[in-house]
Amino acid sequence: MYIVLSIVSALIGGGMSWIIRLELAEPGIQFIQDPQLYNVMVTAHGLIMVFFVVMPGLIGGFGNWFVPLMIGAPDMAFPRMNNISFWLLAAALCLLVTAGLTGTGPGTGWTFYPPLSNSTFHSGPAVDFGILSLHLAGASSILGAINFITTILNMRAPGMTMHRMPLFVWSMLVTAFLLLLAVPVLAGALTMLLTDRNFGTTFFAPEGGGDPVLWQHLFWFFGHPEVYIMIIPAFGIISQVVSTFSKKPVFGYLGMAYAMVAIGFIGFVVWAHHMYTVGLDVNTRAYFVLATMIIAVPTGIKIFSWLATMWGGSIEFKTPMLFATGFIALFVVGGVTGVVLANAGLDVQLQDTYYVIAHFHYVLSVAAVFALTTGFYYWIGKMSGRQYPETLGKIHFWLTFVGVNVLFFPQHFLGVAGMPRRIPDYPDAFAGWNMISSIGALITALGTLLFLFIVWRTMAAGKAAEPNPWGVGATTLEWSVPSPAPFHTHEELPRVSAQPAE
Amino acid sequence: METTQIKKHPWHMVEPSPWPFTGTVAGLLLATGGVWFMHDGAPWVLLAGLAVLLVTFFGWWRDVVREAERDHAHTPPVQHGLRMGMVLFIASEVMFFFAFFWAYFNASIPALSFAASPTWPPEGVVPLETWELPFLNTLILLTSGATVTYAHHAILAGERTRAFYGTLLTTILGFLFLGLQAFEYGHAAFSIEDGIYSSTFYLATGFHGFHVFVGACFLAVCALRIRSGHFTPNQHVGFEAAAWYWHFVDVVWLFLFTAVYWWGSYGFKG
Repeated sequence: MYIVLSIVSALIGGGMSWIIRLELAEPGIQFIQDPQLYNVMVTAHGLIMVFFVVMPGLIGGFGNWFVPLMIGAPDMAFPRMNNISFWLLAAALCLLVTAGLTGTGPGTGWTFYPPLSNSTFHSGPAVDFGILSLHLAGASSILGAINFITTILNMRAPGMTMHRMPLFVWSMLVTAFLLLLAVPVLAGALTMLLTDRNFGTTFFAPEGGGDPVLWQHLFWFFGHPEVYIMIIPAFGIISQVVSTFSKKPVFGYLGMAYAMVAIGFIGFVVWAHHMYTVGLDVNTRAYFVLATMIIAVPTGIKIFSWLATMWGGSIEFKTPMLFATGFIALFVVGGVTGVVLANAGLDVQLQDTYYVIAHFHYVLSVAAVFALTTGFYYWIGKMSGRQYPETLGKIHFWLTFVGVNVLFFPQHFLGVAGMPRRIPDYPDAFAGWNMISSIGALITALGTLLFLFIVWRTMAAGKAAEPNPWGVGATTLEWSVPSPAPFHTHEELPRVSAQPAE
Repeated sequence: METTQIKKHPWHMVEPSPWPFTGTVAGLLLATGGVWFMHDGAPWVLLAGLAVLLVTFFGWWRDVVREAERDHAHTPPVQHGLRMGMVLFIASEVMFFFAFFWAYFNASIPALSFAASPTWPPEGVVPLETWELPFLNTLILLTSGATVTYAHHAILAGERTRAFYGTLLTTILGFLFLGLQAFEYGHAAFSIEDGIYSSTFYLATGFHGFHVFVGACFLAVCALRIRSGHFTPNQHVGFEAAAWYWHFVDVVWLFLFTAVYWWGSYGFKG
């Protein structure tokens, strides 16, 4: 259900990005007459992709399904709480759509910065709907996080010690802790924004002694862990897949697990690198530059360990492996531009340009979505009992891989040249690369259509999946049960005595 | 982890339940009704949402209590999980208050923000007298922390009457605190619309007050359950959760008292 919600949201959010790209294909206003409408599109695209595609897909979908399977538990610790997490997310999506359709909609960007989001500049109810939508989504995330942590810490099968857990389980554990500690801060900040808008408080209003920068602090204290919330489960999936198709255990298992813990931990102390231009003093900025760069170290550990896992392995490029390899390549691009942006001096130039857009679309829209797709192809047999068509899957990969690169790579050039984000029009000088970028969007859209066809093909006419379609490389517990996995798996708890399962 | 004979594992596989769905309906009604109300509409949708929410809470937790008492579904490993869940929930609550303390210090310490007030309390604000009502409330909450521990020890010793009165007394102290807090709000020299001092004051203490209310209700339910003989020295997760929650509320108050009431009025020059 989470995965269905995620795919539906992806189509809505993706459709919006397609509209954005069409508008930006050539200089001048194409068909969005009202810039506010453009901003609403941008806002909704961002919120939907983050909260209703990547998070439900990776965490709700694959996490809920495979964490219990992989640790040898019959189900999650609190199944009803899991259920309400899902329904709350659906309700939040309804509210967000309502927000978009109410009045002139929320044109604030997904970050809701005041003063733009306050009652002077957005006096209608749209922003309130948006705030409450995030409240519900946040409640859903917190309950989900409690569920994951309890399940992983309390319900491992006999012999499944922490250091034998598959890396995907480790990734979910770290993610759940990030959610648990970051999301309530957003809830607090959203509540302040709500009372500022409706009950006369002045948390973010300078005329009452408040501070708009406070919002940015609180938002990014949540927002930075949030980006790791989206990418760490992806790390987990990629680790499983790379190991399976290289037919080798993951290189440096403990290093991989604790690299994720380190990324999660450092993720909490780097938030102000989103705020280099708000007037922080130079020492503060120096600290945040340094702390941000340190994250590259555990991330590097992960990249090199994946490569070392492949090294000397007997690699089989099935579709999941193609996407996993694509993930690694593209995440490196996004990671490297991240190190560039970590420098406060340079970021002052690049802030709010397409360079930033290109950076986070490489790590999220490309890398995180590649991981989602990897997970889909890797586990669809286990989930539905039917295998996907291999050749079509490979075509899907190549279309998407070429498409996203044509789409996002030119945006680096646009950003360095100074094209700002969140405007529907631009000077003629930026015309060429924008056209290429929009062509990339066309190719990617074709890939997406093909993906929908593949989903339909798999469900309607896919070959019946064996318990383990991947052979000797797939050593985790989920491959020991039938496909599709029964309602409550592991009725008899498995006993684990081997070395790290991956 | 020993396995049982019939099920082959100690975990609790719950039956399907309507409450997650009704809870979501409540959330949707609350949000929609809230927006409508805040934009000068009628409060009915909001109140309906609240009603559905209360029914959901009642039904959901009634089912959980039944599963514990009637079905004996809460084996020791399941109890361990429930406790863990409660601790994690409290951790997330701590982070919620963290946001409000951040707002408070951001406004009051110039080293943290250029926008902070040069004096604290800001000029023109007349804060509450720390050592009068707020201090009395501190004593009340600290006493209630002691009485809840008294009740806990009574449960461990299997003395139901003492446990009942200990819990009841804690609940009463909680509501007494709330009454005094309401009195204090009524007599404060500033309203919620009077700038950053009152914004942080009312939201931080207000959310704390709400948590006191929730904790007191939780304890009241525990008192009723003690009277029905639900808790044994070996199995009283519900009470433990309520007690932990109560201590959490207590600690938040100590921070509020120290930072907002005491330190926050220190710079006041009459």
